Amino acid sequence: MSGDRRRVAVSLAVVALGLGALAAVGLPAFYESFLYLIFSWIALATSWAILSGYAGYFSFGHGAFFGAGMYTTATLTSGFGVPFLWTLPAAGAVAAALAAGIGAVVFRVKRLRGELFGLLTLAITFVLATIVLNTRIDGGPGVYLSAVPMPRLLASPTGTLYLLGLVLAAATVSAAYAIAHSRLGRGLYAIHDDEDVAEVEGVPTLRYKLVAFTISAGIAGVAGGIHAMYVSYVTVGETFAITVPLYVVLMSVLGGARHWLGPAVGAVIIASSLYAFTGGQHAVLGRAVVALALILVILFLPEGVVPTVLRHWRSRARQPETAVAVRDLAAAVFAPSSVPAEPLVCYDVWKAFGGIQALRGVSLSVAPGEIVGLVGPNGSGKTTLINVISGHDEADRGRVALGSTSLTGRPAHEIAGRGVSRTYQIPRPFGHFTARENVALAATFGAARCSPGEARHEAQGWLEFTGLGSRATALPHELNLHERKFLELARALAARPRVILLDEVLSGLNPAEITSAIGLIRQIHARGVAILFVEHLIRAVLELSHRVVVLNEGEVIASGVPNEVMRDDRVVEVYLGKAHVVA
Amino acid sequence: MPSATLLGQSVVSGLLAGGLYGLLALGLSLSWGLLRLVNLTHFALALLGAYLTYQLGHVLHVPPWLAAAAIVPAFFALGVALHAVFAYFRVAEFASLLVTFGLAVILESMIQWFWTADYRRYETAYATASIRVGPLFVPTLELLACLTAAVLAFATWAWLRWSYVGKALRASAEDPAMAAAFGVNHRAQAFLLSGVSAAYAGIAGVYIALIATLAPSQIWAWLGVVFAVVIIGGLANPIGALLAGFLIGVSESLTMAVVTPAWAPLVSFSILIVILVVRPGRV
Repeated sequence: MSGDRRRVAVSLAVVALGLGALAAVGLPAFYESFLYLIFSWIALATSWAILSGYAGYFSFGHGAFFGAGMYTTATLTSGFGVPFLWTLPAAGAVAAALAAGIGAVVFRVKRLRGELFGLLTLAITFVLATIVLNTRIDGGPGVYLSAVPMPRLLASPTGTLYLLGLVLAAATVSAAYAIAHSRLGRGLYAIHDDEDVAEVEGVPTLRYKLVAFTISAGIAGVAGGIHAMYVSYVTVGETFAITVPLYVVLMSVLGGARHWLGPAVGAVIIASSLYAFTGGQHAVLGRAVVALALILVILFLPEGVVPTVLRHWRSRARQPETAVAVRDLAAAVFAPSSVPAEPLVCYDVWKAFGGIQALRGVSLSVAPGEIVGLVGPNGSGKTTLINVISGHDEADRGRVALGSTSLTGRPAHEIAGRGVSRTYQIPRPFGHFTARENVALAATFGAARCSPGEARHEAQGWLEFTGLGSRATALPHELNLHERKFLELARALAARPRVILLDEVLSGLNPAEITSAIGLIRQIHARGVAILFVEHLIRAVLELSHRVVVLNEGEVIASGVPNEVMRDDRVVEVYLGKAHVVA
Repeated sequence: MPSATLLGQSVVSGLLAGGLYGLLALGLSLSWGLLRLVNLTHFALALLGAYLTYQLGHVLHVPPWLAAAAIVPAFFALGVALHAVFAYFRVAEFASLLVTFGLAVILESMIQWFWTADYRRYETAYATASIRVGPLFVPTLELLACLTAAVLAFATWAWLRWSYVGKALRASAEDPAMAAAFGVNHRAQAFLLSGVSAAYAGIAGVYIALIATLAPSQIWAWLGVVFAVVIIGGLANPIGALLAGFLIGVSESLTMAVVTPAWAPLVSFSILIVILVVRPGRV
């Protein structure tokens, strides 16, 4: 891994220095301008992908941030006489602040879907353009920068722009690489695949989206600042045209928006083919060719050029998968042991969905090291209770606490961080992550807080524990139901929780698989984890639970030692009907 | 503050412009809401329809109603063919946005290639005709466009609400697998709907040719406003699209009359942003 990283860093540095040296030697101005444009597109497309490619929130508002940067530089240089280079940080800051403000509102919108975010950001671009056009920032005729002195970084003005573009492009690609391999990157990829699950696994989704959006916009702002000097005459019509957001999307999708290098490759391909067609009727033809290329890529290479080529190349090379050292988890300690073991308590929890009252004042507790079985007919509110405890849904009334810390009203990722983890009845692995990466994410963001490097070993350990050791590099869609159920379990364990909420882990398994799963739950319990498990399979409930709680229509109707509870008249009535109650 | 007559006139012209927005939004709203395809090609088709009407009328002297009689069925077929491509490649919601964007650019380039980027104006005898209502002038053609939009919106609404095909389409949009299990042939109906939606683009195109000055880049001029109309109206809600068209049209023309024309985009997009943030469930 680290060898890989060094190789990438060295090759990036060599390419950047080589191009820099080229400028110092002196290129014809034509090539400098041409290459500057390519660098500018690389920076724009790559920065766009930091939010939109990694986390999957496609923004059509990149033009707004680019434009904000352009007008910041234009205003500061021509209106206030600030030297050009000094305006670049300001251009980035203005764009970043704009994104932070927009994100703070927009990302709080519940169920914000991809297309909705795209259209919102597009609408914001139009609004910003209207404001700029009608206020003193532009006022209509545009802003001239021809009188602004160009700093002499290199002999010629085009050389200076070339160098600035190169530095920005190199910095952006490096940032994209660093983010893709960091905690932030793992979190963003998880958001892309399943945002709800990412939050429950401990990813601070709101903050990550905001950070990614701000970084992405900030870079676009700087690119805009430089570009203002390049065009030297800034107008609203050109700046906020549909071109920037759309080309940026095309470039990233063409190259592969989820890969750090994809947008840069797409930018080089599209920007050079556009350049080849400049002038007159050729420009029309060029646009049509680029559009056709886009259609073909979406239809035939939906992942983009870079990921497709890499996969092809890897499967050719057939490098043996480097064995990952398995962390010995025999002595794995769950939950920060420095914290005294505390019970999970629900007190008078109410939850309604529209007119349906799913929970009516449920109170229960799970003591440290206890196994509590939660049973009840379909629709009795078991899964809702788990959703409320894990923070996926917020209770209308009542309190959930882990010992003295209240969990009520906390975002799901904080609850996960405090050592509560869960599984889903229908497994919800991250679709683009391998089995090991799925588990590693939980180890990174859950109570375990591993570094991304450690998380791999930790994850491999939990895969071995659940019998999935040989499936580590499989993608979720290659796993069968039984394996996916166990992957859910491995993922919940990798967070090293104090309390684990199991939602029907046994449903859909055959008798032999059930027996092995019960054995696994025993082993988990032996490590000192408290377990609240929802189950329909009464055999497992009786075998495992210390205590059983029965829910019916959102209320606790019985609780106590398994054998006694199962003989309770009301429980028998709820399950089998009145006729079966022994008089 | 402008006079009452000026305000009244701007409400009238806003309503008329809004009718055209509603007409353009109708097909888009149907394919987005019922087929989950965000069809940017719709705008390009409308403009293509406008250029064809122009070509037939201005060069070949075919009257507009005859041009419409040729364009509408041809566009229906085009819509069906387009959907065949989407269905073959199983284009999903987001990918459809990118693919249809590409198609729109190709159509724009073709239009520019054939008709050049110069402005084109289809001069007809009735272009300047108008009805006088008290102190207000109502241009006949725009009124006709607006009435067509209203008739189509109500007809489409009734079709979706009461016909078997309409119910089947709505059921498939809700849960395709379940609808299929109950015997709904979604594929056939999707072809029908795409054809209808493209035919609507053709109708809008004929009116655009008669009312507006044409330029290839107009494809993008409509984009923002019509999307705002579609979302405010609610997906797959024909009457909603019409009313939202009126709302946006009137608010734009009032802004033009009371403040200045340049601020008009701010109003429609602010309405859109507020609606998206406050009621995201509409889409």
